[in-house]
Amino acid sequence: MPESLYYFIQQLLNGLTVGSTYALIAIGYTMVYGIIGMINFAHGEIYMIGSYIAFIVIAALAMFGIESVPLLIFAAFVISMVVTSAYGYSIERVAYRPLRGGNRLIPLISAIGMSIFLQNLVRIAQGSRDIAMPSLITGGIDIGPQDAFHASLSYMQMIIFAVTLVSMVLLTLFISRSRMGRACRACAEDLKMTNLLGINTNGIIALTFVIGAALAAIAGVLLGMYYGVINPYIGFMAGLKAFTAAVLGGIGSIPGAVLGGLLLGVTEAITAGYFSTEYKDVVAFGLLILILLFRPSGILGRPEVEKV
Amino acid sequence: MSRPLLEVSGLTMRFGGLLAVDGVELSVEPGQIVSMIGPNGAGKTTVFNCLTGFYKPSGGKIVFDGQEIQGLPGFRVARRGMIRTFQHVRLFKEMTVVENLLVAQHQHMNTSMLAGLFKTPSYRRSEREAMERAAYWLERVDLHEFANREANTLAYGQQRRLEIARCMVTQPKLLMLDEPAAGLNPRETDDLKALIAELRDNHQLTVLLIEHDMKLVMSISDKIVVINQGRPLAAGTPEEIKQNPDVIKAYLGET
Amino acid sequence: MIRANLKPAVISAVVVVVLSGLLMGVRLDQDGTNLSLVGAGPDVYWKIAIAATFIFFYNLFRDHLAKLWQSMPGMPKTPKQLVEVSKKPVLRQLFWCFLIALAILWPFISNRGGTDLATLVLIYVMLGLGLNIVVGLAGLLDLGYVGFYAVGAYGYALLAMYFDVGFWTGLISAGLLAALFGFLLGFPVLRLRGDYLAIVTLGFGEIIRILLNNMTWLTNGPNGIGGIPKPTLFGLEFSRKASEGMQSFHDFVGIDYSSEHRVMFLYLLALLLVLITLFVINRLLRMPIGRAWEALREDEIACRALGINPTAVKLSAFTIGASFAGFAGCFFAARQGFISPESFTFIESAIILAIVVLGGMGSQIGVILAAIIMTILPEMAREFNEYRMLLFGLMMVLMMIWRPQGLLPMNRPHLELRT
Repeated sequence: MPESLYYFIQQLLNGLTVGSTYALIAIGYTMVYGIIGMINFAHGEIYMIGSYIAFIVIAALAMFGIESVPLLIFAAFVISMVVTSAYGYSIERVAYRPLRGGNRLIPLISAIGMSIFLQNLVRIAQGSRDIAMPSLITGGIDIGPQDAFHASLSYMQMIIFAVTLVSMVLLTLFISRSRMGRACRACAEDLKMTNLLGINTNGIIALTFVIGAALAAIAGVLLGMYYGVINPYIGFMAGLKAFTAAVLGGIGSIPGAVLGGLLLGVTEAITAGYFSTEYKDVVAFGLLILILLFRPSGILGRPEVEKV
Repeated sequence: MSRPLLEVSGLTMRFGGLLAVDGVELSVEPGQIVSMIGPNGAGKTTVFNCLTGFYKPSGGKIVFDGQEIQGLPGFRVARRGMIRTFQHVRLFKEMTVVENLLVAQHQHMNTSMLAGLFKTPSYRRSEREAMERAAYWLERVDLHEFANREANTLAYGQQRRLEIARCMVTQPKLLMLDEPAAGLNPRETDDLKALIAELRDNHQLTVLLIEHDMKLVMSISDKIVVINQGRPLAAGTPEEIKQNPDVIKAYLGET
Repeated sequence: MIRANLKPAVISAVVVVVLSGLLMGVRLDQDGTNLSLVGAGPDVYWKIAIAATFIFFYNLFRDHLAKLWQSMPGMPKTPKQLVEVSKKPVLRQLFWCFLIALAILWPFISNRGGTDLATLVLIYVMLGLGLNIVVGLAGLLDLGYVGFYAVGAYGYALLAMYFDVGFWTGLISAGLLAALFGFLLGFPVLRLRGDYLAIVTLGFGEIIRILLNNMTWLTNGPNGIGGIPKPTLFGLEFSRKASEGMQSFHDFVGIDYSSEHRVMFLYLLALLLVLITLFVINRLLRMPIGRAWEALREDEIACRALGINPTAVKLSAFTIGASFAGFAGCFFAARQGFISPESFTFIESAIILAIVVLGGMGSQIGVILAAIIMTILPEMAREFNEYRMLLFGLMMVLMMIWRPQGLLPMNRPHLELRT
């Protein structure tokens, strides 16, 4: 098997790994947009906060002498999800709910302000420099010949795939089978009508923000461990890319967000691997512009007809 | 025999799996007032939207003033002289009455940047003419005294008249009115009827309108087209339509 | 009533602790490869405790507080007298004359620092007025405005570097170049819906910054471009010793050299650019295109029904707005003498947007006021520098909740029909 094949496989694996995390964050965007038609600009910062909480929790437990890696990771997930959910809920309550209805520009500007606020909150609290954590999970399996160039799938990557998959399955089950999930779908179809039918739409919207925040936390924990480095500014780029993924897949569609995330991750990895790492961010924006020009409803979305 | 101003054949509109309009045909001669009626949800506004370029029809042919226009975007159709109103009056609320009429003349005005910046004579003439045309139409619809008031301070009936004046100021060939009498009291409806008739008589205007107000429809129309469930049901003079059993059944259900 | 509020009050206090406890109560400390936690210090604990207590009591007595709030006079609306005044054209003209006269006199009554600061204010006024056309008048949310600013700055810098172009030629070129970019960028994306447009323009701004950073063969990358020639007055340079073949200002006029002259000249130049901008915008508002912008902002569908091509109208706003950013960029580059991609981040776009929103979308005097506030406040409150961006974000949220129409909402002059 030629070396170039293994190189390609490696890029693919890397791309799918990062893509899965984009998918997790993208779901948050797509769910919120699907119900209230608003881009939660601050969603990327939620992801960033998730990463920071994970680091804090792990550092704290390590200081107390806890060394069991599964326990550390589990605690990081749980506590991070709790805190980010609180953030997601509070942001919606304070900065978005009072502005619902009416001009769409106003909540968007509020969201931008919230994003800047959160970014600087963390910067002041934790410093603006990179913070690194030693890898908790090392090693992996090799794909290909032992003594020549080969691809490798690290255990961390496998964990990312596994956790993402489990999260997706749980979310899909929730949305399709549970009563509240049904309410979410109803709100996404027709918010006013759902409200008139007596469903507490404010609660459902809050729930949507919470779910999105929890998923972003999961992504934050995973990527924090994967890259090993965080700083207050990672939310901005991650947010933009996740939004691109959501649009790519069809905004409002959860499977679309997943598909978009994976596609974006792979495209980025291929660009970085074969062309240039510096321009991989440009790829994300380029994709966004292309998809909005030629198929604004996204891959899995339905073309919207304007009501006149 | 002059050719029809508007000729529609085989018009279809599909929304996903829903066939909202199926094979609608109609033709409008210059100078006619044609009404499109039908039960609620029959697809009349959808037909309107297809004709005026706000929807892209799934099929069919629309010939306006000798040229095919199906699929053209709304503003291009408007520039060819087919101007429409909407079910809910769409005025520029925070602009004054006269400004509404000035904006409507945009395509006829001197929009050259340099001419405007330096107030050249041709620019000033263009502005003056637009103002005169606006004043003229304000008088025709009897809104002259409200010229400098914001559009949303007018009563609904006055807003309707302003909307029509705004259409007229674009020098249209075909005026498409979407439920113009909706929300008007009987007196206002009579005024509206008189206005439409006068416009047709004195300004070489052709009118196609959607309406539910049967009294207005019967008294003003030269021809009536009936649409039911997206399909053409009947077409003819008011007398013929009033007596058409299919039409009666469609409106009142089986007896 | 208080009983009923007890549960939500407790919950909200707990939420506050959850939000801030871990994230702000402890600090990650990096020691080599070791990661450990350090307590954030007692003052942070106190702040968290105070915040939680405050939220607790606020929720507990919420109903009482709401009643109190209702009975208090509301946010001051623009005082009635001011509104009346603003409607009379003669008084408005007097006001503007006064303002302009004050602006012209400023460098002569203020010191060097004050003039320098005022020049910075003028740059932001220009940027704000330009973005105002796009956001305030045409209603298009552009989050990548800084990209056009960068195009203007780098355009002039590169033209000066490679083609020895002087400031005035550079100014025109920068504006045209930025307008061209505006046209090319706007053409494909302006038919997108409002929030999509926002993100795409944000993407464009970022792409421009990334390209400037990475195309080192052209732009010198993160090291930036230096040695950008300063503006001259009819060929007179404002330096102690003029470069070859040129004459310096103080020699020509016959006075002693003072570095203050250049500062004053730059200020007056900026003022001239701003006045031209104001003139052009005021003309545009009274022209068909200005009316089309407003109509488009109000109701795009009605515009289409009247034969107005929405994309063309949006494109005109976008392009014209971009050109003003280009002019500002060129001036910025000339004033600094050195530019790098660092000056053109998304935060700049956010600041300019905040100026437009704070001032009142569409309102020119509002933009001027907001630009002054946004530039001067950070200077005055130097000690709070670390909190500057934090407060900026907070301000944006609060403004949207309390006063989305801005400080001085637009009071547009209407075209009148003379009866």
